[in-house]
Amino acid sequence: MTTQATDTSVRTSIVVDAPIERAFAVFTDDMGSWWPSDHHILEGELAEMVFEPRAGGHVYDRAVDGSECRWARVLAYDPPERVVFSWDISPRWQIEPDPDKASEIEVRFIAEGPQRTRVELEHRNLERHGEGWEGVRDAVGSPGGWNRGLEAFARRLTA
Amino acid sequence: MANQLAGLTALGDPTRRAIFERLADRPRAVGDLARELPVSRPAVSQHLKVLKEAGLVMDRRAGNRRIYQLDPEGVGALRAYLDGFWNRALAAFKTVAEQGHEEVS
Repeated sequence: MTTQATDTSVRTSIVVDAPIERAFAVFTDDMGSWWPSDHHILEGELAEMVFEPRAGGHVYDRAVDGSECRWARVLAYDPPERVVFSWDISPRWQIEPDPDKASEIEVRFIAEGPQRTRVELEHRNLERHGEGWEGVRDAVGSPGGWNRGLEAFARRLTA
Repeated sequence: MANQLAGLTALGDPTRRAIFERLADRPRAVGDLARELPVSRPAVSQHLKVLKEAGLVMDRRAGNRRIYQLDPEGVGALRAYLDGFWNRALAAFKTVAEQGHEEVS
């Protein structure tokens, strides 16, 4: 596994001993089988992770109570060679409703043999999250932010 | 680039990742983190020192407390975090992809 990083993207790749069709299918249809279980932003208990296999589809988590959390849009779906999806998650680990503030992930599958596939992943346009990132600082990090507001609120209550 | 590598190393530790994720939610003092995590105060301080040296978090004084937050300079911290995330995710993906077909629904 190798890793490279530019200012606004993260790149990584891995070689798997599996045919390209299977690598693609496991990455997309079976995403829930390998996605780190501690990385869901769903409120309730996770029932399943759903990848809708078409451009214009979504990736979403479904909770046992039936509620859903759509955290990605499928931007390109070209089996078995390429898939692109958005990352609609803000730096505060909440759903980002504004598509202009979402980054995106492109995954390419390259057959190195009948039983061997290279998977190249690029998570790019991270700067689009920049405004949210700044916002976190401005809202809660500055001396004039939440702290001052809460102090004023507390003074009001005890006056 | 040196910072980038330091950031990756710093986030390789699960406790430091947990601290980093909590600071992404909101700034916190050492005591807050020690209460929320199964880690002692001195250990939290030590982890924060590593994260600070890696350029991922910064601190400021608020009265007699020291408040820690993610370093908002650019997207360096976010990038370091995602880099570690994808490496872990792809390692798990490889394990599943290399299993027999019959084991995957």
